Amino acid sequence: MKKEPRLMQGNEACVEGAIAAGMRFYAGYPITPSTEIAELSAEKLPYVGGRFIQMEDEIAGMAATIGAALTGVKCMTATSGPGFSLKQENIGYAAIAEIPCVIVDVQRGGPSTGQPTCPSQGDVMQAKWGTHGDHPVIALTPSSVKETFDLTVRCFNLAEKYRMPVILLLDEVIGHMREKVQLPEASEIEIIDRKRPACSSEEYLPFKPEEDLVPPMADFGTGYRYHVTGLVHDETGFPSNSTKVADKLIRRLVDKIEMHKDDIIQWEEENTEDAEIIILSYGCVARAARTAMKALREKGVKVGLFRPITIWPFPEERVLELAGKVKSIIVAEMNLGQLVLEVERLCNNITKIDRVNKVSGEIIYPEEIAAKVEEVL
Amino acid sequence: MAYSLKEIMNRPERITGGHRMCAGCGAPVAVRAILRALDPEDHVVCGAATGCLEVSTFLYPYTAWKDSFIHSAFENAGATISGAEAAYAAWKRKGKIDETYKFIAFGGDGGTYDIGLQSLSGAMERGHDMVYVCYDNEAYMNTGIQRSSSTPKYADTTTSPQGTVLPGKQQYKKNLTYVMAAHGIPYVAQTTLTANFKDIHEKAHKAIYTKGPAFMNVFAPCPRGWRYDTPNLMQICKLAMDTCIWPVYEIEEGVWKLNYKPKKKLPVEDYLKTQGRFKHLFHKQNLHLIEELQKDIDNKWEDLLKRCGEA
Repeated sequence: MKKEPRLMQGNEACVEGAIAAGMRFYAGYPITPSTEIAELSAEKLPYVGGRFIQMEDEIAGMAATIGAALTGVKCMTATSGPGFSLKQENIGYAAIAEIPCVIVDVQRGGPSTGQPTCPSQGDVMQAKWGTHGDHPVIALTPSSVKETFDLTVRCFNLAEKYRMPVILLLDEVIGHMREKVQLPEASEIEIIDRKRPACSSEEYLPFKPEEDLVPPMADFGTGYRYHVTGLVHDETGFPSNSTKVADKLIRRLVDKIEMHKDDIIQWEEENTEDAEIIILSYGCVARAARTAMKALREKGVKVGLFRPITIWPFPEERVLELAGKVKSIIVAEMNLGQLVLEVERLCNNITKIDRVNKVSGEIIYPEEIAAKVEEVL
Repeated sequence: MAYSLKEIMNRPERITGGHRMCAGCGAPVAVRAILRALDPEDHVVCGAATGCLEVSTFLYPYTAWKDSFIHSAFENAGATISGAEAAYAAWKRKGKIDETYKFIAFGGDGGTYDIGLQSLSGAMERGHDMVYVCYDNEAYMNTGIQRSSSTPKYADTTTSPQGTVLPGKQQYKKNLTYVMAAHGIPYVAQTTLTANFKDIHEKAHKAIYTKGPAFMNVFAPCPRGWRYDTPNLMQICKLAMDTCIWPVYEIEEGVWKLNYKPKKKLPVEDYLKTQGRFKHLFHKQNLHLIEELQKDIDNKWEDLLKRCGEA
């Protein structure tokens, strides 16, 4: 029987997606505007044999997620800006120890307590550089409730496939907005599970990569005893002071993503074929950008929309290609210019780059984007 | 001087009306009572961790606080006030300031029992001359009623929902007052709102004017989270004392003293039935859980009586 369409919130779609992807463990902490993700996980996980635990703080929420992931369970935690900051050390831990897990950040106005009930896209750079040291990052950002479901599933799949923490960057608008959603049947959803060792426990080297640079991961409790640490370690998992080992490890962790960029990066574009101006926007702002684009097209203005779905790694190649064809790229985002820095780095000498920014806690209006397009024309 | 409710109530308010705390909430009543214990000529620096009290008492461009006020991050009201107190102490030592300042940090149970516990513990251990006040409403109310380590066993919250699988929260409430007593600080008190406000007033005065760190745990019901009619606030506080769910006592320089012993200890049902969060416990299949709660209260009460030399 086909599932009935349902009216649901972005945060609810995230929990539905996570459970569909196989999440059976959630550890978190209440924080606006992500709290519904914890509440719904608390309600729904017991019915599928999963476990919800509320931790004493944000750091513990991330740490418990890591601990549970080592036992072979698919795990998630969710938070917002201040909590995302607190989780950063452990996100770095998950990166170096290669722990598959999903971290949802429902962005609100910052810095600090900021604007707890207002939308923002201020954590784009925190998602990339929030934890110290060079490390791989995958961050996806949906712009509808249905896409929140889909990308949550995808976050789990990428986490499992590349053995690393994956970030879902929501914003308050998408998290709290309600839309009619037709959830897919279980059979229509692609599920990826982590590679597990094919060798015996005696031969197992927990951090020895295969050709795809990803080491197979054994579940704690299955007889494959190994050492997990946030220190630089060799293939056995034991810490090493060797400069060679350190260099090799950090390069592999980053290359793990570089090598598979084509698999990871997704974007959406509309009306870019003949566009003279491209609006680059993501999350809730991409919806306003689309409305602006439609209104301008009706007036005969050749404007297109480029929406990164994978925000990290950034869809460099495609943006570079498009830059060569247009008069200007306008980056509209709810911060004082974060993702635009990537666009400028790539395209500064190729095309003109303009910005529409807002940090008031209010979404950017289509009119504000349209006004910028007309100014640039 | 003998306690006079009239005299105390006539003191100028240091947290004024017009804030946005809910009707029937215990927290602002507790804060007013504590600030009234300051000698009127003394200044105070107040800090509050993120929470209902913080978010509802200074809505731009207004503030209900008449004294200096710092809203810290969620997890560090204790440390933030430590910093202010340490700077003041240095000024005092160098003769740069004449007036007397006192330092009080406020936190809800989420910001105190859970995320702020490390910060509180550090502040107490370092010996700052400050008071930390927890207004304990037994869950994260500001984000919409999630369980905390202060939520009592079997209470229904949004992250410990009662349903067909589980009858609410599965763990007992953390005994934070004992944890703070174990810090060996000069003054620790547990209190709530009583009809004449004498208990909270006297404890606040002691806490503020005892040199060194002091901790107060104030039972402060929440009508939204506990689901009671707003006029029942004081009755619930009274029942908490009379059922011994929330005994009022103090530990002064290591000496435990019970401040109220009910003439007749009431059964825990009397307390539970006043609140919607325990409603499911009165279903036939859950009645044995009330017995379990009663046993636990009895044990903890006996333990406290021993510590206070009342057994």
